[in-house]
Amino acid sequence: MALFRQASVKNKLILTSVLGSGTALLLVGAVITSYDLVSLRNALVRRMSVQAGIVGANAASALLFNDPESAEATLAALKGDPRILAAGLYTEDRRLFAIYGSEPLNGKRLMEESLSDTRDVHRMRGGRLVLSRSIPFEQRTIGTVVIVSDLQEVTSSMTRDVVIFASVLLISLLLALFISSRLQRDISQPILDLAQTARRVSQEKDYSVRASGERRDEIGTLVTAFNEMLSEIRQQEGELRAAHDRLEQRVAERTVQLQAVNKELEAFSYSVSHDLRAPLRHIAGFAEMLDASCEGLNDGGRRCIQKISQAAGRMGQLIDDLLIFSRMGRSEMQAVTVNLASLLKEVLVEAQPDVKGRVIDWKIEPLPMVSGDRAMLRLVLANLVSNAVKYTGKSASARIEIGVAQDTDREVVIFVRDNGAGFDMTYASKLFGVFQRLHRADEFEGTGIGLANVQRIINRHGGRTWAEGELGRGAVFYFSLPRRLEAAA
Amino acid sequence: MSEVKRIVLVEDSENDIELTLAALEEHHLANEVVVVRDGVEALDYLYRRGAFQTRPIGNPAVILLDLKMPRMGGLEALRTLKSDATLRTIPVVIMTSSSEERDVVDSYNLGVNAYVVKPVKFQSFVEAVRTLGLFWAVLNQPPPGSVRRVA
Repeated sequence: MALFRQASVKNKLILTSVLGSGTALLLVGAVITSYDLVSLRNALVRRMSVQAGIVGANAASALLFNDPESAEATLAALKGDPRILAAGLYTEDRRLFAIYGSEPLNGKRLMEESLSDTRDVHRMRGGRLVLSRSIPFEQRTIGTVVIVSDLQEVTSSMTRDVVIFASVLLISLLLALFISSRLQRDISQPILDLAQTARRVSQEKDYSVRASGERRDEIGTLVTAFNEMLSEIRQQEGELRAAHDRLEQRVAERTVQLQAVNKELEAFSYSVSHDLRAPLRHIAGFAEMLDASCEGLNDGGRRCIQKISQAAGRMGQLIDDLLIFSRMGRSEMQAVTVNLASLLKEVLVEAQPDVKGRVIDWKIEPLPMVSGDRAMLRLVLANLVSNAVKYTGKSASARIEIGVAQDTDREVVIFVRDNGAGFDMTYASKLFGVFQRLHRADEFEGTGIGLANVQRIINRHGGRTWAEGELGRGAVFYFSLPRRLEAAA
Repeated sequence: MSEVKRIVLVEDSENDIELTLAALEEHHLANEVVVVRDGVEALDYLYRRGAFQTRPIGNPAVILLDLKMPRMGGLEALRTLKSDATLRTIPVVIMTSSSEERDVVDSYNLGVNAYVVKPVKFQSFVEAVRTLGLFWAVLNQPPPGSVRRVA
């Protein structure tokens, strides 16, 4: 069955018709042969029975008058039938009275074996039919005739039957094979064509090919449906391609627009960088010079000048930070494998001047390898560390922990925890905004750009930033980085 | 104090000129400063053309060059003088408000000798100008052909 299942459609069709016709012929042959066998045997038994009856009738007087010679003469008449090998006449008390036969000894044994209580019997054994008939005379049985006949006739007839049947079977099978292999083409060829077309479609993605075969049967329906399906796919593919092209075109247009905007932005930041700083510098410079040159200036005047200088300095810082922030959004990301642990080590070394004279309890867990832009991730760590250092500045015993909050196949989450000033969770959403501050500048220095930078960098890496905090109790800052860096925005 | 060599300051902003000179003056480095207002004037000076036809022969010890100026900006002036064999050896320091990476890269590609971003804080500015002046006009040994101030 498994072999049949693996066979090609063509072979299946041939096999089916050959097997079908073969099985039918075999059945018919078997029935006919069996019927032949039974009827031939019955005919033989009938004939022998008649012979035995005749012999019995003829030999009755010989038995009555105890004349074995006459009985043997009667038996000898059986010579006319070549099928009869032996015959015997037995008296009522089963004594052999007369015998005839071409092989009397063997015949005698067979005959005596068949002398049973029930007289009229026949049995077939060893290619011989042994038949016994009682001889009646005036309401009583006076003896038994036993005939041994050859079954050769039945056997040869059977053999002939079988030979004829086998020849017919062979010829029929050959004919069936011939016809089915001719006819199967009509069924299998369109299927093979269809399979070939389907293969071509699936391998070459060529939806313009069509399966051949205009027919009225189910295969024709299949071919038509298949072709319709291909047309449908082709049409949809065309639409899809058109949509894709439109999209591409739109992307190209948008890209041009974006590039223009980006250029403008660059020009803007360039002029901010250059043109806005110059007047600031002048304000600061001349204020200083005023302070230095006017000895007659009173304390109020000096305070004003100091304020002017400070404000100019602060604005310079804001401009610088803003420029860094805008650059961070525009500069290209270079994704490499980054060892966060060694990056943190560098950041901590760099932070040394800020922690000078401070007692900070550092708790640094081992950090994993991630993929991302090294310089940007360094800025993230630097910002978070410097924030933690800054906001623990007023804590009696500062503690800063850095470690892994979560590490899955999908992403890794790093946290930086401090026990510093903390923040009110009500304003948590403002933490990462540009120039958003939750503390006054005179409490803690800063322009409010650091966390905005952190968020921008992490977002560009496809990660998230969030924070938990409590006023006066400290804060935890988290950032996540995807394990597999998607195309960076 | 050792002799102060000639400095050419190329700067269009009056305020910047005043502040720079004030800073140099604080350290007595201002005497030998020649101020020109843009790249064209700077090249006129170096080639002894136009208003500078009559100036004595000799190259300055250093050129302090601003980037954004009318007519001819700093980068263009830099390109011209660095491609001239007689001027190429003059040390040029870009002094500008811009810290744009593009400008820094372009300047160094053109062969600038130093690139300084003017600090907003006056004290830092004075310090920067002083350092520059001291280094280029006093400490540094300029290439042959530079004018020396008559002691």
